[in-house]
Amino acid sequence: MPLNRSKKKTPMPTQNPEVRRRNFSEVALGYSEEEAVSEAKRCLQCKKPGCVEGCPVQVQIPQFIKRIAERDFEGAIKIIKETNSLPAICGRVCPQEAQCEKNCVLGKVGEPVAIGRLERFAADWERTRGSHPPVIPKKLGKKVAIIGSGPAGLTCAGDLAKLGYDVTIFEALHKPGGVLVYGIPEFRLPKIIVEQEVKFIQQLGVEIKTNMVMGKVLTIDDLFEMGYEAVFISTGAGLPKFMGIPGENYLGVYSANEFLTRINLMKAYSFPNTDTPIKVGKKVAVIGGGNVAMDAARSALRMGADEVHIVYRRSEEEMPARKEEFENAKEESIIFDFLTNPVRIIGNENGWVKGIECIRMELGEPDASGRRRPVPITGSEFIMDVDTVIIAIGTGPNPLLTKTTEGLELTKHGYIAVDEEGRTSREGVWAGGDIVTGSATVILAMGAGKKAARSIHEYLQNKKWQQ
Amino acid sequence: MFKILEKRELAPSIKLFVIEAPLVAKKAKPGQFVILRIKEGGERIPLTIADYDAQNGTVTIVFQEVGKTTRELGTLEAGDYIEDFVGPLGVPVEFPNHKKVLGIGGGLGIAPLYPKLKMLHQQGVEVVSIIGARTAEMLILEEEIKTVSNRMYVCTDDGSKGRHGFVTVVLKELLEQGEKFDEIIIIGPPILMKIGSEITKPYGIPTMVSLNPIMVDGTGMCGGCRVTVDGEIKFACVDGPAFDGHKVDFDELIKRLATYKEEEKISLEIFNKAHGCKLINKIEGADKDAVK
Repeated sequence: MPLNRSKKKTPMPTQNPEVRRRNFSEVALGYSEEEAVSEAKRCLQCKKPGCVEGCPVQVQIPQFIKRIAERDFEGAIKIIKETNSLPAICGRVCPQEAQCEKNCVLGKVGEPVAIGRLERFAADWERTRGSHPPVIPKKLGKKVAIIGSGPAGLTCAGDLAKLGYDVTIFEALHKPGGVLVYGIPEFRLPKIIVEQEVKFIQQLGVEIKTNMVMGKVLTIDDLFEMGYEAVFISTGAGLPKFMGIPGENYLGVYSANEFLTRINLMKAYSFPNTDTPIKVGKKVAVIGGGNVAMDAARSALRMGADEVHIVYRRSEEEMPARKEEFENAKEESIIFDFLTNPVRIIGNENGWVKGIECIRMELGEPDASGRRRPVPITGSEFIMDVDTVIIAIGTGPNPLLTKTTEGLELTKHGYIAVDEEGRTSREGVWAGGDIVTGSATVILAMGAGKKAARSIHEYLQNKKWQQ
Repeated sequence: MFKILEKRELAPSIKLFVIEAPLVAKKAKPGQFVILRIKEGGERIPLTIADYDAQNGTVTIVFQEVGKTTRELGTLEAGDYIEDFVGPLGVPVEFPNHKKVLGIGGGLGIAPLYPKLKMLHQQGVEVVSIIGARTAEMLILEEEIKTVSNRMYVCTDDGSKGRHGFVTVVLKELLEQGEKFDEIIIIGPPILMKIGSEITKPYGIPTMVSLNPIMVDGTGMCGGCRVTVDGEIKFACVDGPAFDGHKVDFDELIKRLATYKEEEKISLEIFNKAHGCKLINKIEGADKDAVK
């Protein structure tokens, strides 16, 4: 088969920025079969593939890409699904540039193979044709409880169900998917895809109980009494952080979690056809430089804002957001105010936001994160007129479950302490995802779910709890 | 899906539902609340638990029809189902060594007051209560409060029943007469809780209020329900809803409750048009008593 020797990735067709900035439809449109095959032919099929090492769930990347190059799309998705139960999601939201694609040898002389785009292609190819219902394995008669139905929980559930366990997922919200449904916007990850991936997990025999706020309605002790032999805690990101500056409770100030939840989970963009409202003004400032900040800013634009700023205290280089999302946001005319830090939010007499006072920053010596520390420039304060402020500076751990679980060791920041297999300080209890790591990525959470599933399987076979 | 087992009209536009929710009933404690969503596309609204029965697996909620969602909820009948019913949420209240407590309930606030007084009464604590409403026909749960109180005062704004005036008038009198309480619980519209807390403050009597800010998830995830207590941001859903009334920034709470005023109006108008409602004026009048 002739190689495609292009140094660049086959471009991804996208919606025109001028059009897409006002709609919630998906931005990236996906490869056609021809585009996928052509891109797949760029892969050198390395004997020792670095890409697989870079993947938290070890997708057999060269093998599935080979199938695409040979037009065996069904074979490709089959290989992916051996290790990844949520490929249509990963193909869209994984930071491939920091994982598989980072290790691609082609990246040394040009652009790496577009592994994420190919994964998405294979998953979508199957999805649009209707996937085969999975083979349901023989039941082992052992019950496992999973708390939270985000990427970590779904992955752990899928892997355990494939091994024959009776898995129940307890979800606090009314819809399964966790951050995939409340956090990541439609234009980046259509909800229909999440629904289909969740359905696949259910077809494996996993039961999902919604409206279950664990720690409140049931405790972990209750679960053991109910006959569950292992529990995996994947409750996710938790409480939004605020900056602790004056004015954060003015009307029109949202946490990114609230802003995105109202739009994504509660479908506030359809108000008044749906009942949950949201207020998006004409000029919006989003504070923070991560993917959530990008999502919030681009959502604000789609909700009708005239001007959306991202206010970030460091520079472009330190910004944690994926490059692709940054580029997308720029194309959609989001304005980036780098090296700018809010010091207070200003309100009007009715308590509504009317501006933020910011201070300019400059980069000093590297801090604990290894990034150069931003230092305020004295006297550089200025006022930015805005009527909506969205705070996207991260989240802290949610204590609802950990508070009611005895013997569960926490880190000094309140996250659950685990060993390398995801085991907590309590026998029979594992944890993974953002409740362990703090805000991270979908794929890292999936990796943690996978690891925990392996460890749970081992434990339930011999009931040995050694740490 | 959660079944409505019983429906009662307590007052014009105030309704009581007994909901079949065994898991919630089993864990519910006074001071906690639920979040419900009537159907797909609906909003999630918090409602305080007015009573619960672990044995029968039921949870009682009381709500006033003030907005679209509560009006729609009011159209449901016994035998109908609610899509989502989540709880028990929030921190339960505790009164470890109390001997005598004063409970004050205004309007719909009488409903969440009831389980707290009931628990105190069962603990053998002396309970004095003051309940009030705009007018006699809007007064709810009078019998229930009476059975858990050693002494009860009733007030109406228009004098149509009991004392003529606000509940705070009686509160003031009791304190001025030198009556002592280990704690005072005030639940009702924010303005009542604010004024009540201002009255009790000089007497140094611990005063508990129960806040009902706008919420979405009710699990701490969104921070929409944040309130300022003692100068710090608290999330009413996970840190409350009960707080020290002397430390709550009520003015901020009142402002934040009005965030979606325009949208609430639009939503209600559309609903009323679709349901051919002739009671709009009455409902808007009822708004004054509403906690939410």
